[in-house]
Amino acid sequence: MNQPSPTSPSGTPARPRSFYQQLAPISVPLLAILAALVVAGIAVVAAGANPLEAYWALIDGAVGTPTRVARTIGRSTPFIGTALAMAFAYKAGLFNIGAEGQILAGAVAAAWVGTWSSLAGWPAPLLIPVVLLAGAVGGLLWGAIPGAMKARTGAHEVITTIMMNFIMFLTVAWLVNSLDPIILRDTEVSVARTRPLPSGARLPELFEGTKLHFGIFILVGLAALVAWVLKRTNFGFEVRAVGANPEAARYAGIGVNRTIVLTMAASGAMAGLAGAGQVSGADGFLSPGVFVGVGFDAIAIALLARANAYAIIPASLLWGALLSGAPLMQQRAGMSTDLVRIIEAAILVFIAGDVMIRYLFRIRSSPETATA
Amino acid sequence: MELSEPPVLEIRGVTKTFPGVVANDDISFTLRPGEIHCLLGENGAGKSTLMNIVFGLYQADSGEILRDGQPVSFGSPADAIAARIGMVHQHFQLVPTLSVLENVVLGAETVRRGVLQLGSARETLVSLSDRYGLPIDPDALVGDLSVGVRQRVELLRTLYRDAQILIFDEPTAVLTPGEVEDFLATTRAFVDSGKSIIFITHKLGEVLAVADRITVIRGGRTVGTTTPDETSEAELASMMVGREVSFTVDKGVADPGEVVLQVSSLAVSDDRGVETVRNCSLEVRAGEIYGVAGVEGNGQRELVEALAGMRTVLGGSVRIDGQDVTGRSPRQITDLGVGHIPEDRTRHGLIAGFSLADNLVLNQYHRPELSRFGVRRRQVIVDRAAELVDQYDIRTSGIAAPAGQLSGGNQQKAVVARELSRPLKLLLVAQPTRGLDVGSIEFIHSRLIDLRDQGVAILLVSAELDEILGLADTIGVLYRGQIVATMAAADAARSEIGLLMASGNAAA
Amino acid sequence: MTSVGVAAGRRTPKLSRSRTLGLFYGFLGIMLAFRVAPALSDMPRKFSFGRGPDALGWTFNPQAVTVVIGLTLIVFAVLSFFEGRARRLVQGALIMGSVLGAVMILVASIALSQSSSTNVVPLLVQSLKLGSPIALGALAGMWSERSGVVNIGIEGMMLAGAGIGFVGYALLNGGRGGASLYVAVVIAILAGGLFAALHAVLSVSFRTDQVVSGVAVNLGAIGLTSFLRTQVLVPLNADSATTLSEFSIPLLSAIPIFGDELFVAKPIFFLTFVLFGASAFVLHRTRWGLRVRSVGENPYAAESLGINVIKIRYQAVILGGLIAGLAGAQFSLETVGSFDDQMTNGTGFIALAALVFGKWRPGSVLAAAMFFGFARALGVRIQLLGVEIGGFGLPSQFLQAVPYVVTLVVLAGAVGRAIPPGAVGRPYKRPQ
Ligand SMILES: Nc1ncnc2c1ncn2[C@@H]1O[C@H](COP(=O)(O)OP(=O)(O)O)[C@@H](O)[C@H]1O
Ligand SMILES: [Mg+2]
Repeated sequence: MNQPSPTSPSGTPARPRSFYQQLAPISVPLLAILAALVVAGIAVVAAGANPLEAYWALIDGAVGTPTRVARTIGRSTPFIGTALAMAFAYKAGLFNIGAEGQILAGAVAAAWVGTWSSLAGWPAPLLIPVVLLAGAVGGLLWGAIPGAMKARTGAHEVITTIMMNFIMFLTVAWLVNSLDPIILRDTEVSVARTRPLPSGARLPELFEGTKLHFGIFILVGLAALVAWVLKRTNFGFEVRAVGANPEAARYAGIGVNRTIVLTMAASGAMAGLAGAGQVSGADGFLSPGVFVGVGFDAIAIALLARANAYAIIPASLLWGALLSGAPLMQQRAGMSTDLVRIIEAAILVFIAGDVMIRYLFRIRSSPETATA
Repeated sequence: MELSEPPVLEIRGVTKTFPGVVANDDISFTLRPGEIHCLLGENGAGKSTLMNIVFGLYQADSGEILRDGQPVSFGSPADAIAARIGMVHQHFQLVPTLSVLENVVLGAETVRRGVLQLGSARETLVSLSDRYGLPIDPDALVGDLSVGVRQRVELLRTLYRDAQILIFDEPTAVLTPGEVEDFLATTRAFVDSGKSIIFITHKLGEVLAVADRITVIRGGRTVGTTTPDETSEAELASMMVGREVSFTVDKGVADPGEVVLQVSSLAVSDDRGVETVRNCSLEVRAGEIYGVAGVEGNGQRELVEALAGMRTVLGGSVRIDGQDVTGRSPRQITDLGVGHIPEDRTRHGLIAGFSLADNLVLNQYHRPELSRFGVRRRQVIVDRAAELVDQYDIRTSGIAAPAGQLSGGNQQKAVVARELSRPLKLLLVAQPTRGLDVGSIEFIHSRLIDLRDQGVAILLVSAELDEILGLADTIGVLYRGQIVATMAAADAARSEIGLLMASGNAAA
Repeated sequence: MTSVGVAAGRRTPKLSRSRTLGLFYGFLGIMLAFRVAPALSDMPRKFSFGRGPDALGWTFNPQAVTVVIGLTLIVFAVLSFFEGRARRLVQGALIMGSVLGAVMILVASIALSQSSSTNVVPLLVQSLKLGSPIALGALAGMWSERSGVVNIGIEGMMLAGAGIGFVGYALLNGGRGGASLYVAVVIAILAGGLFAALHAVLSVSFRTDQVVSGVAVNLGAIGLTSFLRTQVLVPLNADSATTLSEFSIPLLSAIPIFGDELFVAKPIFFLTFVLFGASAFVLHRTRWGLRVRSVGENPYAAESLGINVIKIRYQAVILGGLIAGLAGAQFSLETVGSFDDQMTNGTGFIALAALVFGKWRPGSVLAAAMFFGFARALGVRIQLLGVEIGGFGLPSQFLQAVPYVVTLVVLAGAVGRAIPPGAVGRPYKRPQ
């Protein structure tokens, strides 16, 4: 598999570009979203509804009231972590499809450690970090394994992370479902989920009843940290060098294999942290199905953001908004909530085939913003 | 040869530009029936580009091509093949996982209702192989074959398509001297059976041995056409490089000091696992340039990579300043004060997408001057870049420009600047001037001499014997992975080195 | 999919693969002979072939059998260290070892269960039936990847086949069976082909990263099919349980013991084997197959021989999509008779695993898929038998995880190396 080439490794443009060219990194994603809305609009029309009405309901459902805004932000929180995981690995030329497994690994580690009886009495300022750390470590391990396999045998990370996703999914299903023996299952409730975390292990909710929790600050902070590491640190330099030209990186004395393992571990830790945030913040427990599909979403979001750590925040918010606005759209316009899935897929198609967007809207590509 | 016969192939005024390079500039060329026409030129002169246009792989920007006097337009190789043109590419175009027979028939398969009929193809292949003395096992996997045999597969493939015009792009670059002899004999056999040949090379000896006519191109333009009887190696050389003597360098006498690099009985294998460096020993002293002469593919690349820590050493040892450094990592070796100018600057020397500034610290960024607690010191990096750009006259739109946007000469200057801008004990240099313009060549040469005069030990590997003769103080001839002779440059006779390069033996 | 090219090739392995595997066998053998066997019951158990008390069968003492298998594995382990002298023998032994491992799983599962006999025939037939959609998905992937286009969108193409095929069926006559079922299968096939065409447009023409394009196909199929379900199927209330009918192959179905189980089945199941035979033939014996292989290994060479790389890749990717669509039809139209969101349930990814495990070769891919089918069937059987380990039921998830773990082990290089087609994953750009 080829090296995905990071968008703009040098950061600074070489020569002054025209105004429109400078806008390309923003305008292409925006136009892709627009094109996706048009495509999905066709589906709405075909289903006999009014697209404007449907979209208005979608927007209203996502941001119509402060509570809805909070819900949207809460919904987008885990996406920030998984998309950062994807983007960070992408900078090293690695395609981490394993965010789904890594977020689960983090979540299950957090759900497990958070319910240790020996920790039960700890004060929240101590216990919460422990729970989050457990999540990060869980994700880190689950990310480091495919990294190590790539470094040792060249096994491609796309295949190995897909396999790791399923293994983790089944592991969690077993840990959470098993009644004989009871492992993590909460026997008080009829659905399969883990025992609830004690209140001292819960990240504080920011807005009553919206699942918007303190974790959003942590993940936004993480985005800033990722941007800083990539730009300003030696490790970030190594990551980008390995991604841009692994042969030259090796000639420059960079331990390519070491960088691959570390990058995958860090990437997994980011997803794991997002999983811990979901358990400790939003839900208070883990039910096995919550993260189904987040890995693919992470890829779409990271590409929409052109693997830029800061841009991941608005891209994740868009995803959260689509998902949290959908029920109102269904109610008002009689449109299946799955319409937003079509919108998401179409966004990815247009971003992936950004040649299409550039052609449709006559945007010239400049060498610095070569297609991702 | 009848002069009145129309040429089988004529190229008229072909121009082809790539972004930033005019690869072919109004080139004209004719191929007469039954002749071997040598196309001679330096690396990067535009020979392959021209032939790829003839073969339909590239489309010319302007100009025309005539086959047997008829204008033709080849939109793809399929058209060229249909016009009975065959090409053996500089980089072989074989499918390693297919058998010899499958590779030969690919694209020209005999089928019945879509099903391959390999039986008749096999017979044809075997008879061609007998007729031209090109022994081959039709069922062997191409991936298992040696380079020489692979080339045979390429030849048989063009014969199988009954090509009448054969284009050979640097066919001898990868062959051993014995194989070269066989190859030249085979080309004669082709001509005897009525085919016409375009033979690309930059080796003068071969040209004079086989050519009926010779066309020299330089920098994308035709310099002239001549015949072996009317010319000499010296004249061809000056036509090729556009200067009377290409690699004369102004330098004083060396003052060698202590041994800095000591290589003993080194063994290294290439990517395919073939041990291309075997029992290789050499010594380089402080303040001298040790030139490694040899036909390409005799283990030069593996030798340099092993010394730089890039390749596993299978046997023997490497000492730097008496310290055993065998098996150390590239970073450890760099940090000892070893510089490395790799032969492929775009793949190994630079990261095209990174800024010039970042490339100028590519293997130095971790040093305390440039980073503190793992955080990069941007201002220092920028200042250093500005200084080096100035000092090494790197022409760029700015230090933030991606290195990929620089011209070849400036890219190489950037690599040289990076490697030379820190205290060095030893410098490993491979093909430092390949594909560069004269100005850059002279600049780089004089830098190497300066460095030598400052007491640095330099190991120079170059495919250009003239470059070695011009720069080196001591010359070692590398033949089949071994230094077969070492001599002071002052005593070295060109002819003797040539003989050593070809046979490993001066008395042969 | 190739490695970055840095990691591979430069490291000399300390232990050869056969020896690593040998050591593993040795460990397993010792565990089996000295730890597992004593813990097993020594009451006789029976594998029967067919139904009823007088069916043919093999009655054995699980303890003794385990000891024998354990000792044999130890012998193989010792053998593997003489690799240098008897390569063939060692390799044969190593393959035999994995077969013995599979037998051991069976022996252990019955020894650990409450019942004293189990019928092996339905287990094996069930393996084939559960393996069939995996095999079709893997075949879809094989065509795409042999032409040099990575396909992680198999799942999406299958889902599109299942969903759109069933929607077609529902619209045709409200799901009342008959010939429209077969028309629906054709629609399913075309739906798979359509999503494959999207993959081809993105990854071959626009040279989008092939993984991204595959993800787009998956997301698109999930979105579209679930949208269609709620917008079309739910209002139509189309949930008839009519499916493609079984038919029996004359003569073969009269074979005693297994004929009536294996040769009385549904059409897409039979087609699986036909398609594999045909694919192997086309890939290795026809001009087009040769060209697909060449394009997947070295597209530049193919181009220089006048082969249209882009066209061949389109054809191969779309052929794969058609097959994936058929695999999708197997879910909704052949097996279940309805469509549920994401009903393919990851089969496309197991298929990918089978493709890697089978090293991109039709015969091995089929075998790999069937092995994964066996793991699934065994999972079901173990639940039924109530197998217990250490007083607890054996979790079904363990057997479900077998395909993924096995594939990881293969990728880790422990059991022969899986080398993908040379050019797979690299977008091809025609020289200008
Ligand atoms: N595909 C290409 N894209 C861009 N530049 C190219 C390409 N092929 C060749 N060139 C450039 O064209 C010039 C001539 O190259 P080439 O024909 O390969 O030379 P030769 O075969 O004589 O060594 C060189 O400067 C080379 O860098
Ligand atoms: Mg050339």
